[in-house]
Amino acid sequence: MSIQVEHISKRFGTFVALENVNLRIETGELVALLGPSGGGKTTLLRIIAGLELPDCGAIRLHDEDATSSSVRERHVGFVFQHYALFRHMTVHQNIAFGLEVRSKETRPSKAEINDRVKKLLQLIQLDYVGDRYPSQLSGGQRQRVALARALAVEPKVLLLDEPFGALDAKVRRELRAWLRRLHDELHIASVFVTHDQEEALEVSDRVAILNHGRVEQVGTPSEVRRNPVNEFVRDFLSNEALSIRESSR
Amino acid sequence: MANAAAQLAKPRSLARRDPAIVQVTLTVLALLSLAVVILLPLLAVFIQAFEKGWSAYLDAIRDPYTRSAIWLSLSTVGVSVPLNLVFGVAAAWAITKFNFIGKHVLVTLIDIPFGVSPVVSGLIYVLVFGAQGWFGEWLGDHDIRIIFAVPGIILATTFVTFPFVARELIPLMQSQGTDEEEAALVLGASGWQMFWRITLPNVKWGLLYGLVLCLARALGEFGAVSVVSGHIRSETNTLPLHVEILYNEYNYSGAFAVATLLSVIAVIALVLKKILEWKTDEEAR
Repeated sequence: MSIQVEHISKRFGTFVALENVNLRIETGELVALLGPSGGGKTTLLRIIAGLELPDCGAIRLHDEDATSSSVRERHVGFVFQHYALFRHMTVHQNIAFGLEVRSKETRPSKAEINDRVKKLLQLIQLDYVGDRYPSQLSGGQRQRVALARALAVEPKVLLLDEPFGALDAKVRRELRAWLRRLHDELHIASVFVTHDQEEALEVSDRVAILNHGRVEQVGTPSEVRRNPVNEFVRDFLSNEALSIRESSR
Repeated sequence: MANAAAQLAKPRSLARRDPAIVQVTLTVLALLSLAVVILLPLLAVFIQAFEKGWSAYLDAIRDPYTRSAIWLSLSTVGVSVPLNLVFGVAAAWAITKFNFIGKHVLVTLIDIPFGVSPVVSGLIYVLVFGAQGWFGEWLGDHDIRIIFAVPGIILATTFVTFPFVARELIPLMQSQGTDEEEAALVLGASGWQMFWRITLPNVKWGLLYGLVLCLARALGEFGAVSVVSGHIRSETNTLPLHVEILYNEYNYSGAFAVATLLSVIAVIALVLKKILEWKTDEEAR
């Protein structure tokens, strides 16, 4: 499953969020959308998911035009920045939700759903939290549950909005490596938004650097590091690297 | 030197003792005023009601006019509270989850019943639906009675209690945001499934809280209903109106007996309200 972003533009009032953005993400690829806040990363992710409508341009999912498809028709997995777990449901119910809302013809049986949820809980190494509520979990646990919930419907496209933003540095590093392994096992197209260049360069196959609604550069981590196309990319990468080194001291 | 030290020490210890005195005085004052303003009258209602004994009390409650008033009050609540449940949820939902032109107008409109005197709210309906009102002639021709009939009472009660559910839900829904709804949609839920499985369960305690307030007010509403009712016994007489009629007829024990019914409901509503308040706080977190 590939994701194709074609000439996407989006304005909010007079604010230009995205301008003529083009990007292609192949199956098996993990792509990072990197850039300063307000650069349009999250808006692009939400447009791919169908949570936001572009002013012009097209979104193609596995080479079929999905621009006018509704969110539910796109079958994407989406992990929200603040996880958006259903607060009145247990972890188990949260993960089962995507399967239980299916129409009768396509809904798996109760036993199958239970089975799938258990497998996912094992996958995220949290099989002991099934009966807990989201408020009883730590940040890292919530993050993993949100991921399991998104994966329950077996999406071919996984979109993650600042997946590690709210976590402390140690948990963040662990989850990062874990996400990379998971992505490789699932063979899906994944896109994640981050403003942390270390994270983007370390985890992803390719990085798309966004600023003021434009894609400044797309390339593998080593490409963008070695050959930044312009002043902004060079500055952004080096400043970020500096500030991270400073803060980890 | 010692004197000076004592003088220095004195105001400090006083400063430490002062709040205690203030605290005790304020607490006693608050409790006293509560007792005089609320507890005493409540007690008086029950004492007056049982003045002529238990059997007289039961007779007053069993009186056919009283029973029809109870029935009318319950049916009015039975219609207007569900109506306000639907209106309130729809209004809160629209205001908190969507952006549209006229949103602020809607928010202001919801508050009108809080600002307008209930008597005026009643008069509005008389002006619109009464015999001399805008639609009076047409309604008369079609033999539809709204004013001085049950529909008018229901309309007036619904109007007066309109803000309770919406007012309770709007801040709660605002604080919860739309993330969970979006997550449900991405996971493949339809609009209805999202509403029934996510939106509504997330606000259930706040909704119940609003409904209890709405119900208590609907049962007790006097002003607006008084204007549109016409006070026809066993036809358009609600419980609060019936209390007034009995009182005006010098049937004190009867009036107070009926009043105890309203008081008991009020106390139950108060306890429920407290419990739900606590549950709603949990929800907002």
